[in-house]
Amino acid sequence: MTDTTHGEGRHTPSFPPWLKTTLTTLATVAATILGLLFVTFMIGRVMPIDPVLAVIGERATQEQYDQTFRDLGLDQPLLVQFWIYVTDVLQGDFGKSIRTGQEVTTDIARVFPATLELATLGTLFGVVLGVPLGVIAAVRRGSWIDQLARFVGLIGYSMPIFWLGLVGLLVFYGILGWVAGPGRLGIFYQGIVEPITGMILVDSALRGEWAVFRNAFSHIILPASLLGYYSLAYISRMTRSFMLEQLGSEYVTTARVKGLSEWQVVWGHAFRNIRIQLVTVIALAYANLLEGSVLTEIIFAWPGLGQYITTSLLANDMNSVLGGTIVIGTIFVGINIFSDLLYRFFDPRAK
Amino acid sequence: MTDAPLLDVENLWVKFRTRTGVFDAVRGISFTLGKERLGIVGESGSGKSMTGRAVLRLIRPPGLIEADRLAVHGEDILSLPDKRMRQLRGGRVSMIMQDPKFSLNPVMTVGQQLIEALCAHEKVSRSEARKRTLDMLDEVAIRDPKRVYDLYPHEVSGGMGQRIMIAMMLLPNPEILIADEPTSALDVSVQLQVLDIIDTLVRDRGMGLMFISHDLNLVAKFCDRIVIMYAGRIVETCKASELRNAQHPYTQGLLNAVPDLEHPRDHLEVLKRDPAWRDAPSVSARI
Repeated sequence: MTDTTHGEGRHTPSFPPWLKTTLTTLATVAATILGLLFVTFMIGRVMPIDPVLAVIGERATQEQYDQTFRDLGLDQPLLVQFWIYVTDVLQGDFGKSIRTGQEVTTDIARVFPATLELATLGTLFGVVLGVPLGVIAAVRRGSWIDQLARFVGLIGYSMPIFWLGLVGLLVFYGILGWVAGPGRLGIFYQGIVEPITGMILVDSALRGEWAVFRNAFSHIILPASLLGYYSLAYISRMTRSFMLEQLGSEYVTTARVKGLSEWQVVWGHAFRNIRIQLVTVIALAYANLLEGSVLTEIIFAWPGLGQYITTSLLANDMNSVLGGTIVIGTIFVGINIFSDLLYRFFDPRAK
Repeated sequence: MTDAPLLDVENLWVKFRTRTGVFDAVRGISFTLGKERLGIVGESGSGKSMTGRAVLRLIRPPGLIEADRLAVHGEDILSLPDKRMRQLRGGRVSMIMQDPKFSLNPVMTVGQQLIEALCAHEKVSRSEARKRTLDMLDEVAIRDPKRVYDLYPHEVSGGMGQRIMIAMMLLPNPEILIADEPTSALDVSVQLQVLDIIDTLVRDRGMGLMFISHDLNLVAKFCDRIVIMYAGRIVETCKASELRNAQHPYTQGLLNAVPDLEHPRDHLEVLKRDPAWRDAPSVSARI
C-alpha cells in the first residue's frame, strides 16, 4: 500500500471535487437505469404472452409466425436480445402499442402531462398546507391543533381514496355543483387551446384563454385536492416528528436565550434544520403521485399515466406497460438526484 | 441606581407535573447575586441547571416556576410579559451551555448567529454589526476572526466553538452571565483557556456570573462564593476561601471524595448520603 497521507505517495489522478461528484452521480444514474432496463426486459420475457401472436394475431400462418419471430430477434441469444432492447430504448423507441396502434412514446407524451399536472397541483396542496400544519402541531404539542393534525392524518391514512373520491364527486359535483365532474375539460372547451406542454392549465394560461383555464381548474380541483389531502397527511406527520426532534435540541435553547421571538426560533432556527429531511419526504410524495394514482384517475376519468398502464396491462399490451414502467423509473431516479443536489444546497456539512 | 442586587431569588420552586404527581426539581431555594462570581455546585439531578434555566424562564411546560421573588435588578421577571422577557433574555441575562457541538445551529454560519444575537437587542447597521462581531471574536482570543466569521459550527473545534458561544452571549452586553457547565465538554487543555476568557470578560465588564458546575475544585478556585445544592435545595453557602471549613456533612463528604495531588491519601472516602438532608434546613444563613 502506498502511504496516502503524504502528497507524493498518491498515484490517483486528482480531479477537481465537483467533477468527481458529477462523474460519480452520472455513473450511479447509468447503473440504475441499466438495472431498470434489465428488470423490465426480464418481465417482458417471463410474461406468459406470446409477443409474436400479439403482433400478427391468432389466425396467421406458420410462415408468417416464423418470419415475425425472426424480425423481432427472438431467435437470437438472450444477451443479444437485451442489447437490441437497450439500444432501442435509448433511442427512444419503446415499440408500438398494440391497443392504440401508436408509438408508445407518442402515447406517453399524451398521457403523462395529465398526470404531471394533477400530481404537481396535488403535491403543492400537500406542501403548502401540510408543512405549516406539521410545524404548528409540533410547536403546540398536545393542543387542539395537534389533535386536529392527528385526526386529519388518521383519515388520510385509513380512508380508501376511491371512496373519498366518489363521496367528493357526489357532494361537490352532484349536490352542491361547486366543481366540474369527471374528465379534464368540459366538452365545449375542448380543442380550443393548441397544446404546448400538454398541461391544460399551463397551456391555457400561456395562450391567455382564461375561460378554458377556469373550466380546466374546476375539473382538476377536486382530484388534486384529494391527492393533496393524502400527501398532506403524510407530509404533516413527518414534518411534526422532524420538528419535535429539532425543538428539543440545545441550539433551540440557545436561540431562546438570545432573546429571539418564538417565530424566529421556530422558522429561523428549527425549521432550517429540517429542510433537508423534508426535501426527501416531499420528493418521495411527489414521485408517488407522478406514478399515476390509478384509482383517482379512473374515478375522475382522468386520462393519465396510471390509467394508461393499467388498461394496457389488462389488454396484454406489454410494450406500453414496459414503456410506462421505464418512464416512471426514470422519474424516480431523476427526483432522487434532484433531492441529492438540494441536500448539498441546504446542508453545509454535505459540501 | 438602587442598591438591589443583580439577581435576587427567594423561595424558588421548579415543578414538573407528571402522570404520577408533581416532581419538584428545585425546592424553595433563595440566594442573591451581585457583581461577583457565584459557583453553584451539586451532583446530577440536584437542580443546579434547572435553577439557571428558571432565571431565564426557560422551563417549558409541563414545567412550572414558582417563587416569592425572582428579580433582576429589582425588576420582578415572573410577571414580565413575553415581549419584555425576550428583551431581558440575552440583553440583560445570558447563558452559555455545555457543549458547543449542540448549542450552535449547525446550518448557520458563525457570523450569522453572532449578528442575530446582537440585532435582537440593538438597532445597528449591517456594517456596524459586522465590525462589532469581529471585534468580539477578537476579544475571545480567536486569531483570525474574518475567516471564522464565515465558518459553519462543524468546521471549528470544541474550544473555539465555546469561545464563539461566549462571544455571542456577551455581544449585547448583558449584566448577568449564567455558565452551565461551560467546560465539561472540552478537552482539559482548553478548559483553562476558556475559563480564563470568561473570567477576564466578566471582570472587565463588571458582570455577575453564575457558574454552574459539578467540579468542586474548579469552582473553589474560580469563584468568590459557593452555593452547594443537594436534592433541589441549598444545603450550604460559603465563601470559596472558606470551603475547607464547610460544616454540612454533604459538603465535607464531597471534599473528602476529591483526590489531592500534593497530599495523597491512602483511600478516598465514599460519599454516604443521608435521606434527612433532603429536608433539613441549610446550615448557613443567607449571605
